[in-house]
Amino acid sequence: MRARVLIRPKAGILDPQGVAVERALPALGFAGVANVHVGRLVELDVEDEAQLDDMCRKLLANPLIEDYEIQAVEAASA
Amino acid sequence: MKLGVITFPGTCDDADARIAVSKVAEAVPLWHGDSDLKGVDGVVVPGGFSYGDYLRAGAIARFSPVMESVIRFAGEGGPVLGICNGFQILCEAGLLPGALLPNKELRFVFKQVELEVVTTATPFTSTCAVGDRLSIPAKHMTGCFFGEVPEEQVVLRYAEGENFNGSQDDIAGVMNAQGNVMGLMPHPEHAVETLVGGSADGLKLFEGMARVAVA
Repeated sequence: MRARVLIRPKAGILDPQGVAVERALPALGFAGVANVHVGRLVELDVEDEAQLDDMCRKLLANPLIEDYEIQAVEAASA
Repeated sequence: MKLGVITFPGTCDDADARIAVSKVAEAVPLWHGDSDLKGVDGVVVPGGFSYGDYLRAGAIARFSPVMESVIRFAGEGGPVLGICNGFQILCEAGLLPGALLPNKELRFVFKQVELEVVTTATPFTSTCAVGDRLSIPAKHMTGCFFGEVPEEQVVLRYAEGENFNGSQDDIAGVMNAQGNVMGLMPHPEHAVETLVGGSADGLKLFEGMARVAVA
């Protein structure tokens, strides 16, 4: 299975990257931007998708400070 | 008495840590890929950028063979001190509460900071008094402490006006419930000689560690 794991800062946690991007966009003339958060994307092929959650909790994310979301990606490209 | 200092790929403060340790004990180099702790009486996990800090600071180092031994050693009550990246590794390993986030200003900062001793109920600060101020350099980009920590496990705080990284409740250093594992972001190993460290205040933590390691 091709999987995509989205990792983002937990709500309410200081996200200086999100804040920096949110401030930079209006400076470039893009108005009406709010609630910007910057996270991480991990893509991987796994034989046993049942292990994905464990992988996320032990390594890919730090559950103390990050939320993660596992998505299935259709048909792995060659 | 022997205190081990771990080197991971990407560690850069191991040499200074060995110099600091050698002022109070025999310094024993430990290697990340070797689970043998070589009979040391205490372990220092020094600063740097272990495994490139890929994924998250300390996230991958935490699974190295030497860390599996350190986790066991800490569980048996052995003294373990994590500095900067070492603090991040000990948090990732679950030996210490909380996590370190990027500095609030998103910048790498290097400056001498004033710390206040909050508790002396751990060997590391047993050479200090509550309220003592320690002048120690800090240098990091991911040092904003976040987490639920009982007040009795807060060991060091940034003094008023010194919290440059946005750490919750000005926390600069914490310990585990037993007090044998401590981590801090500033670098005591860089402050062991007044000529080059701005102060020799950092030595107190190593003296305290050596005191208990003997017992």
